[in-house]
Amino acid sequence: MKIDEAKTESVILEIPKAQPVMRDVEIIDTDAPGDDVFVLNMGPQHPSTHGVFRMRVTFSGELIEDMQPIFGYLHRGIEKLAETRTYTQFIPMTDRLSYLTSMANNHAYVVAVEKLAGIEVPERAEYIRVIMNELMRISSHLMAVGFFLNDLGCSVFTPLLYMYREREKLLDLFEMVCGARLTYNYMRIGGVSQDLPEEFLGYAKQFVKEMPSYIEEYEQLLAENEILLARTKGVGVLTPEMAVNSSASGPVLRASGIKWDLRKADPYSLYDRFDFDVPVGEIGDNYDRYRVRIEEMRQSLRILEQAIPQLPEGEVRTKVPQFLRPPKGEAYGRIETPQGELGFYLVSDGGIAPYRLHIRPPTLINVTALSEMVVGSLLADAIATFGSIDVCLGEIDR
Amino acid sequence: MTKAVVSEELAGKLSKSIPDAVEEITESWVVVKPQSLLQVAIHLKQSPDLAFDYLNCLTAVDYMEYMEVIYILTSMKHNHSLVLKVRCNRERPEVPSVTGLWKGADLQEREVYDLLGISFTGHPNLKRLFMWEGFEGHPLRRDYL
Repeated sequence: MKIDEAKTESVILEIPKAQPVMRDVEIIDTDAPGDDVFVLNMGPQHPSTHGVFRMRVTFSGELIEDMQPIFGYLHRGIEKLAETRTYTQFIPMTDRLSYLTSMANNHAYVVAVEKLAGIEVPERAEYIRVIMNELMRISSHLMAVGFFLNDLGCSVFTPLLYMYREREKLLDLFEMVCGARLTYNYMRIGGVSQDLPEEFLGYAKQFVKEMPSYIEEYEQLLAENEILLARTKGVGVLTPEMAVNSSASGPVLRASGIKWDLRKADPYSLYDRFDFDVPVGEIGDNYDRYRVRIEEMRQSLRILEQAIPQLPEGEVRTKVPQFLRPPKGEAYGRIETPQGELGFYLVSDGGIAPYRLHIRPPTLINVTALSEMVVGSLLADAIATFGSIDVCLGEIDR
Repeated sequence: MTKAVVSEELAGKLSKSIPDAVEEITESWVVVKPQSLLQVAIHLKQSPDLAFDYLNCLTAVDYMEYMEVIYILTSMKHNHSLVLKVRCNRERPEVPSVTGLWKGADLQEREVYDLLGISFTGHPNLKRLFMWEGFEGHPLRRDYL
């Protein structure tokens, strides 16, 4: 914290009292770059940007001197749309935030509404939510690690296709419970939309039993892989001070050695009933972020092993009026999604639609520290670092 | 479990070190005046028994008569949290930037500037985040559409 505070003080003293800087139009000074400075626009259409994201990279020689992220190509105004929809009607929209973690997005939103309206959730529904969340975490981490390895060029597509094989089984499980494979719309305010089908638990148990051997297989394939080590060890280091100061969350924060997981720090649902560890990294480089995700998959399996046999009988949904009118007030509900802390800030004026809904997007805020992580490295390393953050543009741009 | 900091106790401490800073206290949040926001923020971050080192979320709400900027802070050391608010007028909304204290505010302040038109004085790079350059208006204001 020491370095940080020193920086802070100097910055505060410099704050000018004059007019605010209000620049809507970026002035491009064509004469500015010198002979050895080179500006490159990566994206918005580029295979390694995981969507429509643009990086404006300034090079000095081969090394990156400055990196400016540019967003907004996928901005749909989801927060504005929420103001004209009832609380229940907004659930399908949360699927479209980070579409690889839809189930977790649903959960974060319903947690916020339940907090605002003071709704109790039946125990069985909470168990189902935990099971869905952990299955989602495994699925999302598989994709995060797979695409990250793809960005590194680890024998193009091979590791990713191994991971697609297991994700397919998870998608089958999700399809069983709600009929959809990507945008689930499964959670409801006060529970879940329907009970688990009979065959679900059998398949889920089998998956939990098989998965550790598949993780072993990835480890055999990757843990000592020359390409992986060369491209990730010591690359894109995020110091713990910087990680906390720039509000990083999820695996990005934990890879820097900060033991902070909302499932432990601020338990929601039933997470205080399960026994699991929070894996942390050592120095916060790309390799640590990769390791943390692999370990988190193992911990998710541990939670599933406990949750599936404990699943009680009973209702899966509390009766909630179709036009829910939460009392006047504000609430911030958050959960630990595979990518970090996803929060919903809701303001109610007593009507059927939220007066204001704000989404705290974990991946947008994780990108805050990206320019510090890539300055001074090669462009190829910047792509690897960006891949290791695991972003989803649907959530960044909203 | 993350505990919410008791507002009355905090307000008492704040008014001791920074008189005239607190505008309103409720059970769940503390409202401070914009001119003393930075002093309060420094106090919250640096005093050892508060130690708010993590800015969870920064957002703003348009209430037609005034605008409200909301800071949700957490201390990882003590595992407690606080909702801090600042009110500013709607015609010329100006709030000091906290990017010097919490760098996590960088993109979030740009987002609030873009969508609600609150300008954060002292922000190093206050440009629109989502809308394109030259876009007029601020879409998340209640009277935009």
